Amino acid sequence: MNRNGNTYTFIYAAIMVILVAAVLASVSMALKPRQQKNVEIEKKQNILASVNIESSAENAEELYAEKIVNEYVVNVNGEQVEGDAFTTDLKKERAKDPEDMVLPVFECQTEDGLKYVLPVRGAGLWGPIWGYVSLNEDMNTIYGANFDHEGETPGLGAEISSTPFEEPFKGKTIFDESGNLVSILILKSGQVAPEEHSVDGISGGTITSKGLEKMLQDDFNSYKEFLIKKKS
Amino acid sequence: MSEPLFSKKNIKLLSDPINDSNPITVQVLGICSALAVTAQLKPSIVMAISVTAVLALANVIVSLLRNTIPNRIRIIVQLVVIAALVILVDQILKAYVYDVSKQLSVFVGLIITNCIIMGRLEAFALGNRPWQSFLDGIGNAAGYGVILIIVGFFRELLGSGSLLGYKIIPESWYIANGGFYENNGLMVLSPMALIVVGVIIWVQRSKNRKLIEN
Repeated sequence: MNRNGNTYTFIYAAIMVILVAAVLASVSMALKPRQQKNVEIEKKQNILASVNIESSAENAEELYAEKIVNEYVVNVNGEQVEGDAFTTDLKKERAKDPEDMVLPVFECQTEDGLKYVLPVRGAGLWGPIWGYVSLNEDMNTIYGANFDHEGETPGLGAEISSTPFEEPFKGKTIFDESGNLVSILILKSGQVAPEEHSVDGISGGTITSKGLEKMLQDDFNSYKEFLIKKKS
Repeated sequence: MSEPLFSKKNIKLLSDPINDSNPITVQVLGICSALAVTAQLKPSIVMAISVTAVLALANVIVSLLRNTIPNRIRIIVQLVVIAALVILVDQILKAYVYDVSKQLSVFVGLIITNCIIMGRLEAFALGNRPWQSFLDGIGNAAGYGVILIIVGFFRELLGSGSLLGYKIIPESWYIANGGFYENNGLMVLSPMALIVVGVIIWVQRSKNRKLIEN
C-alpha cells in the first residue's frame, strides 16, 4: 500500500487514535477505584492534620473514625441543616446563592479538648487552593491549619502546604477584641499588622499568599454566624 | 548486522548528550522546564527521572513504528505517543504512589511539552533501531537531568539555605539571629535559573574547547 497516500494516512490515524483511546480509557477505568480511595484517605489525613494529628495512609481511616466524633453541615445563618459533611463539595457550594449554601463542620476530640474543623477553599495563582482550619472551643483561637493546592509553583506558591508556613497559624485569633471578624492576614516583608491576626507570606509566592488570605477571609465570613452562635 | 549491545558507537549515544551535545547547554532545548522546576532540588530530581522514563519509552515505541508511520502526520503520531505515555504514567502514579504523584503535580503534564522529547523522536528514533533509540533516550534524558540537578542544587542551597528540605546553613549564621548571612531571595525566582544555566554553559565551554563557535 502506498504509505504516502491519503487512504493509508487516514486509516493509520484512525486506528492509532482508537487504540490509544481504548488503552487509556481501560487503564483509567481499572485504576479509578484505587485513585478515589487515595483521594478519600488524603482528605481524612488533611482533616486530621489540621488538628495536629499525624497519620499515615494506612492508619488514617482508623484514626479518623476514632477522633472525629461528629460531622454536620450548617447554613450561613449558623443553623444545622440536613446533609453529609464529608461528601459536601465546597466548590459546588460556593457557586450557589448564600442562602442555599451548606458548610461542613467536623468536631474532633483531641487531648486538648473538642476542636472544630472548618474546610476552606479559594483560588491561588494557577488553580484552586484549599485547606482545613481547626478552632478551639472559644471559636476564635486557631488550633491548627493544613493547606493544599492543585498546581501552585513548586518552591514558591506550593510552599503553602509546608509545615513552616502552616505552623505560625497556631494560636492566632480571627476575631479582634471588639468582636469583629478580621481573619488572618498574610504579610509581605515590611508590612505591619497586629501580631495575633497575621502570619508571614512566602517570598516569590505573593499571589498564592494573597489568594490564601482572601480564601480565609471569605470562608470565615460564611461561617461567621455559626462561630458567633457557638461562641456564646 | 549483529553488533554488541554496548559497542563503542552505542556507548557514544549514551555519553555524548551528557557533555558534547547536551540538550540544555549545547542544543538549548527544554529550557522552559529547566527554569520552572529547579527552585528546589527534589522536584528537579523527580522531573529528571520522569523525563528519562518517558523519553526512553517514547523513543523505543516510535522506533518500532518508524517504518509504518505516514510521513505527513509523523509529528502528530509522535505527539500521541508521548501524550499517551505521560497520561499512563500519571494514572499509574495516582493509583499506586499517590504521594509521589502529588509532588509531581503539574510536571507530569509539562513533560509532554518538553522539546527534548519531540526533538529526539524526530531526529533520532525515526531513523534508528529500537535499542539505539533507547540508549539515545536515556543519554539525552541524563544530560537534561544532570543540568536540572546542578541548577536545583545551587538554587535551593543559596536561595533557601537547604537541600532536599534539610537545613544546611546553620540558623545562627542568619542576620535575623545575629549572624552575617542571608538567603539570596533572587535565587528562588526563575531569572536566576537562566543565569545559573548560563554559568554552567560558560564553565562547560571553558573546559570543552570544541564547543566554542567562532
